[in-house]
Amino acid sequence: MSEMRDFSIFTRPRAEGGGQMEVAIEGINCGGCIGRIENAVRHLPGVSDARLNFTNRRLTIAWRDPRFEPASALDALERMGYRAYPFQVRNVEEEESRHAKFLLRCLAVAGFAAMNIMLLSVSVWSGNVTDITPETRDLFHWLSALIALPAAAYAGRPFFQSAGRALAARHTNMDVPISIGIILALGLSLAETINHAEHAYFDSAVMLIFFLLCGRYLDQAMRQKTRAVAGNLAALKAETAHRILDSGELVQVPAAALKAGQRILVRAGERVAADGIVVNGRSSLDQSLITGETLPHKVETGATVYAGSINLDGTLTLRVTGAAESNLIDEIDRLLDKAVKARSRYVRLADRAAGLYAPVVHTAAALTFAGWMLAGAGFHTSILIAISVLIITCPCALALAIPAVQVVAAGKLFRAGIFLNAGDAIERLAEADTIVFDKTGTLTLPEPRVVNAQTIEPELIVAAARLALASRHPLAAALARHADMNVPFDNAVEEPGRGVRASVDGRPMWLGSAGFCDVLANPAFAEAERLGASTICFRWGERQAVFIVHQSLRPGAADSIAALSTLGFKIHILSGDRPAAVAQIAAALSIPHWQGGMTPADKVAALESLKAQGRRVLMVGDGINDAPSLAAAHVSMSPISAADLSQAQADAVFLGERLDPVVDTVAVARKARRLMHQNLGLAVIYNAVAVPLAVAGFVTPLIAAAAMSGSSLLVTLNALRARSSSKTAATAAAPTAQSVVRAA
Amino acid sequence: MSVLIWLVPMALGLGLAGLFAFLWSLRNNQYDDLEGAALRILDDDDLTEPRPLAGPRAEI
Repeated sequence: MSEMRDFSIFTRPRAEGGGQMEVAIEGINCGGCIGRIENAVRHLPGVSDARLNFTNRRLTIAWRDPRFEPASALDALERMGYRAYPFQVRNVEEEESRHAKFLLRCLAVAGFAAMNIMLLSVSVWSGNVTDITPETRDLFHWLSALIALPAAAYAGRPFFQSAGRALAARHTNMDVPISIGIILALGLSLAETINHAEHAYFDSAVMLIFFLLCGRYLDQAMRQKTRAVAGNLAALKAETAHRILDSGELVQVPAAALKAGQRILVRAGERVAADGIVVNGRSSLDQSLITGETLPHKVETGATVYAGSINLDGTLTLRVTGAAESNLIDEIDRLLDKAVKARSRYVRLADRAAGLYAPVVHTAAALTFAGWMLAGAGFHTSILIAISVLIITCPCALALAIPAVQVVAAGKLFRAGIFLNAGDAIERLAEADTIVFDKTGTLTLPEPRVVNAQTIEPELIVAAARLALASRHPLAAALARHADMNVPFDNAVEEPGRGVRASVDGRPMWLGSAGFCDVLANPAFAEAERLGASTICFRWGERQAVFIVHQSLRPGAADSIAALSTLGFKIHILSGDRPAAVAQIAAALSIPHWQGGMTPADKVAALESLKAQGRRVLMVGDGINDAPSLAAAHVSMSPISAADLSQAQADAVFLGERLDPVVDTVAVARKARRLMHQNLGLAVIYNAVAVPLAVAGFVTPLIAAAAMSGSSLLVTLNALRARSSSKTAATAAAPTAQSVVRAA
Repeated sequence: MSVLIWLVPMALGLGLAGLFAFLWSLRNNQYDDLEGAALRILDDDDLTEPRPLAGPRAEI
């Protein structure tokens, strides 16, 4: 490629001179790739190091020579069959990985402390029923205190900090009772140790921290994994633009590096990389990702075009405009702000449980203390028993009940190619009872397809598809994709704006508009008119064909919609496209409730009215016009081909061409919620047995430790049941880069 | 019970050694690429013997 490429926004300077860049690589599938990729890049002149992270499929390239061209590394990888995309490490991801490391350090410290204290505690427990001397017991208790106090102060920080934040904001969460439990258990044990008492609860306190950290870390690791894949997908999808320099030269730059006022060139078949105003050229654009409208939209000098539209025929020169210069994007931003502000704060199931749990347990402890005081047990015994009530109700099972299910369910969705953006998405997904679909790009495929192939001779299809490879026009691309051809005719000539021609077996061949191919009458024209679809004509000597290219339904869409109806969902379509086009899709999928021609504001209003009827809406959409409604809905999903703005609003993003992930997601979410409720039930049953024992004063540290481990284990094992496949779960699509590229 | 005087410190010392080894490896980013580490050990590119480029190396 002769065009210069500028990757400077992706490179970072290194302290020792030179720079480094991260690239996401597609096509790595075995261990052998590691050595091949690293060696190939290391041997490039100027490169000082290349290190591939196999887990997240990213290569870090470092160089010392300031003249090194990062593009040469991408070319080298391309030649080996790997597609590489420059990658900008996002702050969110760095933050997540820092937090995961912090949790892992805390977990290591808690694990060390828990094991060593248990070693000492078991000696004390067995000694208490045999012949331990009070001096040895005191020594063991002091040693335990020496380990437990600093370890808890270090490893308990995630809980203390979160509880502190919640209290500062004047509400409670699960971490408040956890922190109170830990602090009281440690304080009581220290006081008992000073008084040479028989029992201390250091092991319970540290074990509680250890179990809870395990849950937190697994949750964090799952989230980090999802973020890494999502980051790679974003890099694979990132658009590049052809920037026209003042000197008239063309440079290929990442869309993220474009600034207002710069000029870019958009050729036929390319996607517009930034919002802009046409300064030269005329063309028609496919704006379906912006407005949902499937008919081409004509533009000429002075017209505003939006990032994400596809240029169909002419070449356009655009002046990139800033954020505040386009009415549509302004309108979307305003609606989005409003929707985000209006969204009521969702209180998570775990926090609701904590809100119930904390007052009940703390009242029970206070009553126990008062009861034993009245019974004349004395202050010391009374407080000891009251605190043992708090320790035995240690919110261990309760605090693991929900995160454990969440980790298992999120992992199952991850393997099926569904990535959750929000931590509470599973709970909200399980509550949805109505699904609102966007039409264009959500129920239909984002790219047009040939829909009348069965009426055309296979030989003509193959020939037309091979000729189509010579054209950049999106209709020709659809034809080439249909026949999956990759052998072009070598004498094909493209006539810009009209079509392509070639000569095969001594007979001339044309592909393009009806006039260009001299195809005058064909029943396909009437059919295309009826569908509102485009046509592309083909002539080979005397033989001719007319292909209808139309945005067709996603494969299996009807089955998915039927499955959702059987699950009890009310299904609606809200589309920005013409009512006639929407009616057709609604009829094909037998969806009774549909509306077409809606603006983004109309969509939000329609969602509000559903909400007013008490429905909880799952919105599935992809276009920029859907972004406000995705934010306004109770919960939302987007296909991976969605506009970036919309994807950022969605609670979950799914891969692939089919709609099955929507069915799978709600099925997994509902099952997960059922398990969460079961787990909360188990925790309540456990407490119903343990609390009376504690109130009666029978609880020793040994019983507390056994009860706590037992209940945590039970809850975790129950959560693992979320892995087993439910009836509706379809064959899982592995989240491969290929499926993404096809969908994007 | 005088055995405890050296047994307890030794037990704690071993535990601490393990803890510090773990924290050290964490700090050195050894947990960043767990899948890669499992595969890199199979790589024999450090051997000096010349290996034919299109040799009978099995593609995994």
